[in-house]
Order: sequence, then C-alpha cells, then structure tokens
Amino acid sequence: MEGDAGWLSVLVAILGGAIRVSTPYLFVSLGETLTEKGGRVNLGLEGVLVMGAMTGYATAVLTGEPWFGVLVAGCAGAMLSLVHGLICSLPRVNDIAVGIALFIFGTGLAFFLGKAFINPSAPRLPSISLGGWSDVPQIRSALEINVLFLVGLALALFIAWGLRNTRWGLVLRTVGDSSEAAEALGYRVNRVRIAGTVAGGFLSGIGGSYLSLYFPGTWNEGLSSGQGLMAVTLVIFARWDPIRCFYASLLFGGATALGPALQTVGITANYYLYGAAPYFLTLGLLIYSSSRQHALAGAPGEVSISR
Amino acid sequence: MKHASSLARISPLAPPEVAITDLTKRFGALTALDAVSLTVRPGTVHALLGENGAGKSTLVKCLMGTYRADGGQIRVDGAEMRLSNPREAQKLGLGMVYQHFTLVPSMSVAENLVLGEEDMPAVIDWPNRRKALREFMDSMPFRLDLDRVVSGLSAGEKQKLEILKQLHLGSRFLILDEPTSVLTPDEADQILGLMRDLAREGRISVVLISHKLREVETYADEVTVLRGGKRVGQGQVSDLGRADMVRMMVGEAPPATERAGAEHVTGAEVLRIDGLSVDNDRGVTAVRDLGLAVRAGEVLGIAGVSGNGQTELVEALAGQRDATGGAITVDGKPFHRTRAEMRDLKIRLLPEDPLRNACVRAMSVAENLSLRSYDEPPFSRWGFWLDRAAIRSHGEELIARFHVKTQGPDALIGTLSGGNVQRTVLARELSEGVRVLIVQNPCFGLDLKAVAEIRSRILAARDDGAAVLLISEDLDEILELSDRIAVMSQGRLVHETPRAAASLQEIGRHMAAH
Ligand SMILES: Nc1ncnc2c1ncn2[C@@H]1O[C@H](COP(=O)(O)OP(=O)(O)OP(=O)(O)O)[C@@H](O)[C@H]1O
Ligand SMILES: [Mg+2]
Repeated sequence: MEGDAGWLSVLVAILGGAIRVSTPYLFVSLGETLTEKGGRVNLGLEGVLVMGAMTGYATAVLTGEPWFGVLVAGCAGAMLSLVHGLICSLPRVNDIAVGIALFIFGTGLAFFLGKAFINPSAPRLPSISLGGWSDVPQIRSALEINVLFLVGLALALFIAWGLRNTRWGLVLRTVGDSSEAAEALGYRVNRVRIAGTVAGGFLSGIGGSYLSLYFPGTWNEGLSSGQGLMAVTLVIFARWDPIRCFYASLLFGGATALGPALQTVGITANYYLYGAAPYFLTLGLLIYSSSRQHALAGAPGEVSISR
Repeated sequence: MKHASSLARISPLAPPEVAITDLTKRFGALTALDAVSLTVRPGTVHALLGENGAGKSTLVKCLMGTYRADGGQIRVDGAEMRLSNPREAQKLGLGMVYQHFTLVPSMSVAENLVLGEEDMPAVIDWPNRRKALREFMDSMPFRLDLDRVVSGLSAGEKQKLEILKQLHLGSRFLILDEPTSVLTPDEADQILGLMRDLAREGRISVVLISHKLREVETYADEVTVLRGGKRVGQGQVSDLGRADMVRMMVGEAPPATERAGAEHVTGAEVLRIDGLSVDNDRGVTAVRDLGLAVRAGEVLGIAGVSGNGQTELVEALAGQRDATGGAITVDGKPFHRTRAEMRDLKIRLLPEDPLRNACVRAMSVAENLSLRSYDEPPFSRWGFWLDRAAIRSHGEELIARFHVKTQGPDALIGTLSGGNVQRTVLARELSEGVRVLIVQNPCFGLDLKAVAEIRSRILAARDDGAAVLLISEDLDEILELSDRIAVMSQGRLVHETPRAAASLQEIGRHMAAH
C-alpha cells in the first residue's frame, strides 16, 4: 500500500516536472517549426534562448514587471533571429553554419551583458493553482501550473490552425516547400522566410525568459542545458506539427524530470544517468525517425536537413 | 457545348491581344532571343515550335515577367507592359503552366488552387471555399479529389491540376510550356481539346509550346517557329504542311530514326530479374514480385501509365533505392548495384529527369561526363590525383561526338537546355562498351532531331550486342524501338508480346486496366 503511494507520487512528480520543464521546449520548438516551415533551419535558437533569458531577467529586475521582461525577451529573440534571416538571404550562405555562429554569438553576448544581473533577484512570473481539490502536497505542487505553459498550449493550437487556415500560413508553407512554386506565384521567398525566422526567434526568446523568470527562476551562465538545440530534434520528431510539438515537449520534460522525481522516493543511485535521459531520448528518436527507405514524412521540401 | 457551364466561371472579359515586337534577351555572351516578334490574336491557339534551346521557354518567361527582356516591347491590348513579376502578369489575366511543375508538393489540391488567388483572404473560410471549388471541379471535363496531396499525384494529374489552377484563377491568356510531355495521348487530347474549345468560343487565348507536330496540326491556329533565338517562320497552320514546319525548325528534311542492322542477332540472356519488390517513398509496395529477362541484342520495352512503379524499378536498378526482395543477375553473375559491379558488368543507365538523377548540377559538363570513370586512368593517377586537363579534353571530344550544345566543357550542366542534358548523360553512358542499357523516357521533351538521334543511338547499342531495357510512357516510342513489349501495371508486368505480334488495342487495354 505504502509502495503504491510512493510510485504514485513519482508519477505525479514526473507530471509536474514535465509541465515545468517542457515550457521552454514548447516555445523553442514552436519557434523552430515556424522557421522550418519557411524553409530554413535556425540552430542559433539556443543562443536566442539564452539571450531571451538574460534580457527578460534584466528587464524584470529593472522595471519590477516580469511580463514586461517576457515581452522584451521576445523582442530580443526576434532581433537576433532577424540577423540570421538577413544573412541567410545572401546568395550561397548556409543556414546551418550561420545558426551555429548565432548560437555562439547569442550565448556570448548574453553572458557579457548579463554579468551585472547575476546577483539581484527578479520578481517571478505568476502561476495558477489547479490542485486545490487535493490535500496531497505533492499533487498540489505538481498542479501549480505556470501561465506561460498555458499560453504555449494556446499558441500551439493557434499555429496549427493558422498554418492551415490563414493566408500567412499557406504562404509560409509554400515558401518552405517549394521556392520554385512560390516564385511562380510571385511571392518574395526571402522576405517570407525572414518573417518566419523572426517570429520563431520571438517565441524562442519568450522560452528563454521562462527559464530566468519562472523555473529555475534565476539568471546565471549555466541556465540552459541545450534546450534550444534539442528543440530542433524535437521538431523533427514532431514532424513539423505544432500539436505534436506540444506532446513531444511534455515527453522531453518528463524525461528531464525523471531523476528528480525518483529522488523524491529515495532512489538516488544513477541520478546523473537519469539526468542524461533527455539526451538519450534525443539520440533514440533521431535514429528511430531516420530511414533509408522512406522520406521524412511532413518535412518541408526546402529545409536543408530534408534535401 | 459540353463545357458551357464551366465557362461561366472563367472570367467574362475577352482575352487580351498580346503583341511582341523585337524582343531580345541575352544570358551573358549568349543571345537566347534575337529580335523576335509575334502577335497572338484573341481567341486563337498560337503554337511555338523550335528545337531544344531555340529560346521558346525564354520567350514566354519574358512575357510573364520572370525574365526581364534586354530589348523590344510587349503590348497587352495596345498598352506597353513592363512586367517584373509573374503576379503582375496574373493581374492582367496572363497565366503560365511551366515546363517544370510549380505546385506545392506537401499541400492538398484544394490548398494549391486557393494559393494563387489574387484576393486570397487573410483567414480562409474552408467550408465555403471547398464548396466553391467542388462546383468548379464539377464543371470541368476532368476532376481531381480536393483532398489529395500533390506529392501523391501522378505526373498527368499534376499537369491537369496546373491547368485547372490557371482556369480557376481566371487567366484569359494561357501559356502552356510542353504541357503534354508527361501525358498519355488520350490525356493530351482531352486537355488540348478543352483549350481549343475555350479559345474557339473567344474565352481564352493560348500559347502552346510543343515538340509534337501532331498536336500543333490538330489544335493550333497559328504557328511561330524559332531557331537559335531567331524567328524563322510564321503562318497559319492550315496553310503549312508538316514538312514545311519541320524544314523551318531544323532547316532541312525531316529526320528519321536510323534503323541500321534491323536484322540484328539476339544472343544469350544477359539481364535477369527475379521476384523484385520495391517500396516507394511512403513505404507502400510499388514494384511487386517482378520478373523479366533481356537477351543480348534485344530491346525489351516496358509500356505503362506513369506511376505504376516504373520510377521505383529504375531507381532500384540504379542503386538509388533498396529492394525489399528479389535478385538481379547480369550474365549469370549477381548484381548488387554497386559502382564496381556496374563498371565490371558494363551496366549503363539513362534515368528520367537526368539533371536530378544522373548529374551533379553544380559541376561542369566535362566533369559530369567523367563521373563514371574519373577515378581510373587516364583521368586519375595513383588512385587519387585527378588530371583535370584529361577530363576536359575527354569532355570536349564527347561534346563534339554527341553534338551537345553548350557554351563549352566548363559550362555548368544546369545551364543547358533539357535536351542537351539528356545528350550529355547519354554520351557518358554510351561512350564505352555497354552490356546492359537501362533507359527511362529517353526522349521526354526533346525536339525531333534529338529524338531521332537518341533513338538511333539506343538501337546502335543494341546492334552492338547490348541488352536494352526501355521503360517509356510513350507508346509510339515503345513500338518503334522494342523487339519485345511488356506492360507494367500496379508494379507488375501484366502482358508480354513480341513486337511482331503486338496489338495496340491489346496493349492499351492492359495499360488502362486498374
Ligand atoms: N538562366 C539561364 N542562364 C543561362 N543560359 C540560359 C538560361 N536559360 C536558358 N538559357 C539558354 O538559353 C537558350 C534558350 O533556352 P530555352 O530554355 O529558352 O530553350 P527552349 O527552346 O525552351 O528549349 P527546350 O525545348 O529544351 O525546352 C539555351 O541555349 C539555354 O542554354
Ligand atoms: Mg523549354
């Protein structure tokens, strides 16, 4: 009986952890989906994420208003991605290489500008308690849902709808699937791609602000552990579908929460091995989704990883 | 009139008169169009004829604003136009069906139809849109399921969708750049017949680019002939005979396939395929349990409507795609489709769309010509050192021998016209001894002269003792070249007959049976 309750609390802890950890994955993967739907890969989103974390935190410290920090983080991410979009519009420029440069530049710039903000503490983003019905403390804390997670869920639904039902969505997909067709229809391929990249950067920046303003909720140089890069894998696994991005983010979040959750029931052996779970998951998913026989279903035709 | 109800939805305005005067277009040193003039009167079908590389596509791309002309004028209803974008042309009612498909592969038929609409709303009301699209489809002589995804359509269906798209957009001036090269004769007649009927009723004007004289004779009112970028002839089709048009195109008498060595000897079995199964991109079986044998000095022609597994079969033979089962032998030796085996067993291949499947776009013509042998002497020394001078002179020699039209051996292969890419690949594949020759649609989009020349070369290879597997959607070609004919349907060979006993009806029946 007692063992049962123990495992139940592990599950609850994993669920709570999944929601907590998945939010930045969700935002970055939605951002990457928008970018790749337009036909480009932005590996620099890791840099964008860190930059968003720093600017969001700094803004919240200076103004005392965390939501303003979120907005500024998004704008910083959009600016950084604009650089990616513009450089990639030049002839014979490889988006992967530019992405890696942006990754290093973004993280470096954030560490440089963010030195002053390591000590002061910023106000945190609010959360909504959905666990009031239960008197088990673990369940209560697990159902302490942050608002950005809900925003992300709404965004996933909205993007999925928008890609099918709006002019912008159709044009973005056209440009990402066949630049020849887009040109024949008279669309400006580079402009649309830049717009997709900038929108993607805005979302990723917000994902970064979540790291510094909610969980873990501080700013330091070890804040991100590669979420921005893993989100790229996640997008492939989710087959460029925003709704599946949501589920995949939860899965990755759950994998990350595995170690801490087991710790709550006293399993501390192999803690670091469990910590590596999301990376194993990434590797496993990449192998699983690759095939000599079949093309990647759903991959935009112009994206360099599917060509 | 059968199409009467469809016409209501095509723009009520009359088609514009389009007059082109002294149009000139240069690509670097090459003058692709040299002061060409022509007028398309409203409600007529105007054919554009010319050899590969004559400048036909360039002319219509200038008209659509894809290319900017270096000189001359384009007048639409008397007003001079300076188009810089196909969208502007679209607004004037000019629409083009390109030589290469310009549909969005991952989107559905409905989405592709809505995409080009000039007044596409910010938020698309799909239920209403679909209703309108379904009504439009119902009024057309051929229809497509709105929900099918373009990447799953056959070439013929894609072509139909391209034309449907233009009609849906209300284009009154339609340019068709080789619309029928991927269609069966029946489909071609259906589509061109519709175009002609609409033109007769004064609803649209059509510019038709085609290499098929039969189509020009049957469906066009007027014709303009280009050669080397210059206008060399113009007139009413009814005043001109086929011989006149050919003479204008090539400047000489009509070419014919040389049937030298018609009494060639058939030798031992060379290529043998047993129980071959291959999946397509979506993991669905495209070739199932296919078996065939080709003897030395024999052409086995495989007819069939596109999309019945032909492409997957050729890709499997080329080593581009894994087989899920079966065995292939050449001269009794197993063939695993490696480069070394292809060299030792002398297996050569001309796949469809050779620019994509058999060339490296970013390399020069000479480099592409050496792809089979660059790592052997005399092109390579000590196994790693490439002798670029030898590669270049070898390229020059093949360019001369196979009459490839190019600015030189160093020109990028991507700048060649379609027919010349085909010649380049054939030059590479046929220049050394051939034991097995596999060719797919070798004459797609080629002009008369090139067709005759390429077919002669295939027959010459056969006469030298090669086993030839010819996979073609052009039934005339199959009948002309084959010694034995088989029909491929749904991944299987369903009918086999010697050429002498072949009946067109019988073959057609097996092709159509699904
Ligand atoms: N973008 C380009 N850059 C350089 N040269 C070009 C370009 N497009 C066409 N050309 C050259 O211009 C000439 C005319 O080409 P075009 O495509 O108009 O021929 P075409 O008559 O349509 O031939 P085909 O029957 O093979 O389609 C060819 O010599 C071709 O190599
Ligand atoms: Mg052409």
